[in-house]
Amino acid sequence: MVNRKRLTLVKMAAVAVVVLFSSAALHAQDNVFTGTNTGADRIRIAAANFRAGSADAGSLKQTFDSVLFNDLQNAGVFDLVSKSMQPQSTPGTPQEMRLDEWTAAPVSAAYVAFGSLSVAGNRVVVNAYVDDTHNAQYPQVLGKQYTEANDENGARTIAHKLADEIILRLGGGIAGIAESKIYFVRAGGGTKEIWAMDYDGANAHAVTHLSTISLSPRVSPDNSRIAFSSLGKDGFQIRMYSLLLNRPISFPSGGGTNLSPAWSSNGQLAYSSSRTGDPEIYITDANGGGARRVTNSRGPDVSPTWNPKTGSQIAFISGRSGLPQVYIMDADGAGVQRMTDGGYATSVSWSPNGQFLAFAWDRKYGPGAPGGQDIYVMEIASKRWIQLTNGIGRCDFPSWSPDGRHIVFAVGSGARAEVWTMLADGTGKHKLAGTGSDMPNWSFR
Amino acid sequence: MRLQTTRTKSIVTTAMAAMLLLAGCHKKQSAPPPYTAPPAAPAAAPTATLTAEPATIDLGQSVVLTWHTTNATSVSIDGVGPVNLNGTTNVTPSNSTNFHLVATGDGGTADANFRVTVRVPAAPVAGTSSDLPDDATFHAAVPDVFFDYDSYDLNPAGHTATQQAATYLNQHSNIKLLIGGYCDERGSAEYNLALGENRANAAKTALVNAGVSASRIRVISYGKEKQFCTEQNESCWQQNRRAQFNIDR
Repeated sequence: MVNRKRLTLVKMAAVAVVVLFSSAALHAQDNVFTGTNTGADRIRIAAANFRAGSADAGSLKQTFDSVLFNDLQNAGVFDLVSKSMQPQSTPGTPQEMRLDEWTAAPVSAAYVAFGSLSVAGNRVVVNAYVDDTHNAQYPQVLGKQYTEANDENGARTIAHKLADEIILRLGGGIAGIAESKIYFVRAGGGTKEIWAMDYDGANAHAVTHLSTISLSPRVSPDNSRIAFSSLGKDGFQIRMYSLLLNRPISFPSGGGTNLSPAWSSNGQLAYSSSRTGDPEIYITDANGGGARRVTNSRGPDVSPTWNPKTGSQIAFISGRSGLPQVYIMDADGAGVQRMTDGGYATSVSWSPNGQFLAFAWDRKYGPGAPGGQDIYVMEIASKRWIQLTNGIGRCDFPSWSPDGRHIVFAVGSGARAEVWTMLADGTGKHKLAGTGSDMPNWSFR
Repeated sequence: MRLQTTRTKSIVTTAMAAMLLLAGCHKKQSAPPPYTAPPAAPAAAPTATLTAEPATIDLGQSVVLTWHTTNATSVSIDGVGPVNLNGTTNVTPSNSTNFHLVATGDGGTADANFRVTVRVPAAPVAGTSSDLPDDATFHAAVPDVFFDYDSYDLNPAGHTATQQAATYLNQHSNIKLLIGGYCDERGSAEYNLALGENRANAAKTALVNAGVSASRIRVISYGKEKQFCTEQNESCWQQNRRAQFNIDR
């Protein structure tokens, strides 16, 4: 309990610092609720080290334990018991579980995840349980067996699946994100390729090998394709890569420069095309057919993002009034509404619940202006906003996680860029991918 | 070639149409057409004609402008100024010019246009027409266009540069052109690509307006993906905010 109070004090201090830093914009609000830190107590949970069920399970079990711990800690809905506070025992079955070890201070866990990991031939098998420590008679709330290939990735996958199951059960019924992927741009040797990684930064690998400059990866809602734009002899054009066939597939060019694709949750594409000589937002089907134009104004219109909840609205960036600003409109181009009131606003992403926009904003932009570009979240209904980053460098390209509790973004630019993630209230910032990583895009699921 | 106002004609046409409509009402003998006062006789509208001889000249030659007006009280020609109601004058335009005459009278105004085409002699091009100049020669003759901060409109220097480029390109009709749009490293990559597109297209539009065929021009935006200069200062950023002209080989 002492520890909890201390945590609260630290949090309050952090809030005070944030408020001080954003004092210039105090009409910005402190009550934009993004689904984390909403005042409800986080559930205190312990992730016990699993019991090694066979002699050769050692390194896989270490991977599994640390991935499960990190997944639960990253989730943003748990108060996770520090490993150093945990009891020495490693119960492998419900029969070996002694709940009083886990309820007593300083552990004070409301729930315990435990079980065993064993290697059987070329498979790794995990028996996992979660107990409610306050229900001595019927403590078990989860009991599952998982089997995957006998390698590091198999152990990771099981940990992610178990974490997602626990988050779904205990985190308000919202599915976890531990099995989701992040696609991003990786610069190196004068080219930029599309890369993919797990949500926690592990398993990063190249997807494309086009030896040109590819930007703005956006994965389709069913995780079967990546749309992106790529520099060819006719400038930047929309390209499509099939994750099922593991090769590029054709996508028609309508002429001009074609940029910044965005998937709707039912598989339509919106992107910026300058086929008329002026960049405007167009909508096509997933194969590029039936193109229709939905904006009509002089100046750049770019970076569309669909409302994933309804699929009937698009947010985008437009320079129609000078510096780029965030706008929203209906998907047929009607009801255009400007959201930002000035500065330089780019790279908008629409939250999964449809209520928020995340974007990069330099509120004091201009030659010699002291402004920094940071990530902001705006509640659409009220246009109230909060600033999520400050003082960590130039931030850009926020992208919401499928559960709406996290935002991945780029820090720095060009060869110095890195991909970071944070909770949607700005806490828990940490790096996922190192130098040369840019333009992250979080998968739909 | 004569251009004449059709005001008088349209009055006559309107009157004839009215008569036809009235004639269509003859079945009802008992209902005479309602009395309408004849419109007060308006002051006669002015008419104007403007011609030039010859209509096409070589650079340095002069043309004779001839104009006739009726019912006008004052007449002026753009670029020449107020002139007599009827008359002739010699002009020596340095490039193709649209002469515009406005005749103002009590009955209104009338205008007339006449375009004089000036053939600019092609500079002697070394070798055959299929030879392309080397890049250094080309860039000396066709300077890049630089843009103001976050702007894709041509500034005065940009207008001068595109005019110079258009003159050269009109003399070397064998050159196909690639315009690259570039932005400085600040700002966001996706937005900068769109902005670069607008910059390159602004340069293209200026060239097309100056007589370069649009079919000779290709436009590619590189945004901030290809930088000319990588230091972080204003002179370097200015270097990167450009529309660059290249021979599209």
